[in-house]
Amino acid sequence: MLGLNEVELRRRIGYVIQQIGLFPHLTIAANIAMVPRLLKWDRKRISERVDELLALVGLEPADFRGRYPRQLSGGQQQRIGVARALAADPPLMLMDEPFGAVDPITRERLQSEFLGLQEQLKKTIVFVTHDFDEAIRMGDRIAVLRVGSHIAQFATPEEILQSPADDFVAGFVGEAATLKSLALHRLTMNDLAPPVDARAGLPEVPLGASLRDAVDAMLETGHDVVVVTDDGRSCGSVRMSDVLAKGGKAAANGAAARAGSGEAGELSS
Amino acid sequence: MSTMVDPSVSPPTQIDGGRRPTTGSGRRHFFTWRDLVIPLVVAIAVGAEVYYLNTAKLSQIVESQMTFDRISDSTIEHVKLAFAVTALVLVASIPVGIAVTRVRLLEPFALLIANAGQAVPSIGLVAIVALVWEIGFWPVVISLTLFAVLPVLRNTIVGLDQIDPDIKDAARGMGMSPAGVLFRVELPLAVPVIAAGARTALVLAVATIPIGYFIGAGGLGDQLMQGIKLSRNQQMFAAALFVACLALILDWLGGIVERVLTPAGIR
Repeated sequence: MLGLNEVELRRRIGYVIQQIGLFPHLTIAANIAMVPRLLKWDRKRISERVDELLALVGLEPADFRGRYPRQLSGGQQQRIGVARALAADPPLMLMDEPFGAVDPITRERLQSEFLGLQEQLKKTIVFVTHDFDEAIRMGDRIAVLRVGSHIAQFATPEEILQSPADDFVAGFVGEAATLKSLALHRLTMNDLAPPVDARAGLPEVPLGASLRDAVDAMLETGHDVVVVTDDGRSCGSVRMSDVLAKGGKAAANGAAARAGSGEAGELSS
Repeated sequence: MSTMVDPSVSPPTQIDGGRRPTTGSGRRHFFTWRDLVIPLVVAIAVGAEVYYLNTAKLSQIVESQMTFDRISDSTIEHVKLAFAVTALVLVASIPVGIAVTRVRLLEPFALLIANAGQAVPSIGLVAIVALVWEIGFWPVVISLTLFAVLPVLRNTIVGLDQIDPDIKDAARGMGMSPAGVLFRVELPLAVPVIAAGARTALVLAVATIPIGYFIGAGGLGDQLMQGIKLSRNQQMFAAALFVACLALILDWLGGIVERVLTPAGIR
């Protein structure tokens, strides 16, 4: 890659920025097709690729191809931004605060949607954010940058939460590190107590949700148990007492669980 | 890691949010009844004037000057002059405007020349060009070009400057060459602003061409100036009215061209 000039190098990196920067004078299809056109793909291949990507980001191709960016909501626009960055199937993606400009609810949706997308894509993504919770949520590895772009710590989210390298990193982690680490622990079958009798009003979370989601559901509904569902069917439960028993160990378990899945290197500052 | 489903999140197909999109397909009608107002007003004004010229008692000299053939020849000549001026203005100012937005150091110099062209009284400008060159069609075109450069130059600069820097950033970031960014992104987005400047130049040209009468420009200016000099009020009024109507109609046409050239996504 080092032998390439600047312009060609950029065509091999998917680039998503906070402000999205869709071309307002071009249709959605033309926006997504930009890099493939620069790379001189033939028309048919470009057209197929556009449809494929629109479907990938959950927008109906027939409906969205011919629209213009101003006819889309902010969340839809950012998804087109992601589709555009993926167009030429770059091995590396650079996302510079991609979800910074949308409201918190949409951001949360886009985050989980993008995590789902990354499951399929398995690309190396450099993800820049100032939101530490987002970094924990999105990153397999986090580089915390201090003033002057020096790396203060480069580690997995679990390590950073449990043992911040110095005061600067600790300040970044902020309060409630243990609570935050609950978000890292994804529920698997091993964590579950046997299913409880279905009682009306019991909170439910799907398998794969985080321990934090489970605790959140309990706190919200006032129950001390939450039903875990898989494909809509109850497959087990989590009790508050289990969570308390695991306590600080949750993060350590989570770290072990995630170490095996670190296919994407994500940085964050 | 099992499936990454977050309980607080609805399935991807329903995801939406943030800024509301503009409604539906968003395409407004290309032509509306408003587009008919200017042609209608012009048609009524010209019709009334022609009716007047045909029925009122005119002196013999005026009658011999104001024949249909003479008026239409003058009008055609006037239009030719106006288009020549506008074309030259575009050719001169768009490249300079582009250069200025790339090399900011040039801006004061370019604007100084353009401002000077407009600040010098147009009648003086015409006379100067005629003095150092000759009289006739092209000297008029050149001097009026100097006069009308400013709106297009300024609008080209403004039109390119007002483009969202994030859009240019995205274009560069995805690997467009500088020329690619200019031709595929910047210029299409600047079309409405540049075209508005061109319309202003066109109207300026139509209205200023009569001054070229002094150096033999032709066009409706001949009728107008004769009317003024010889106190033939009917001739003067008719010529002034035709020049005004011509300016209105050409500006109207310019508006339609502007709309056609503006990319649909930003219309």
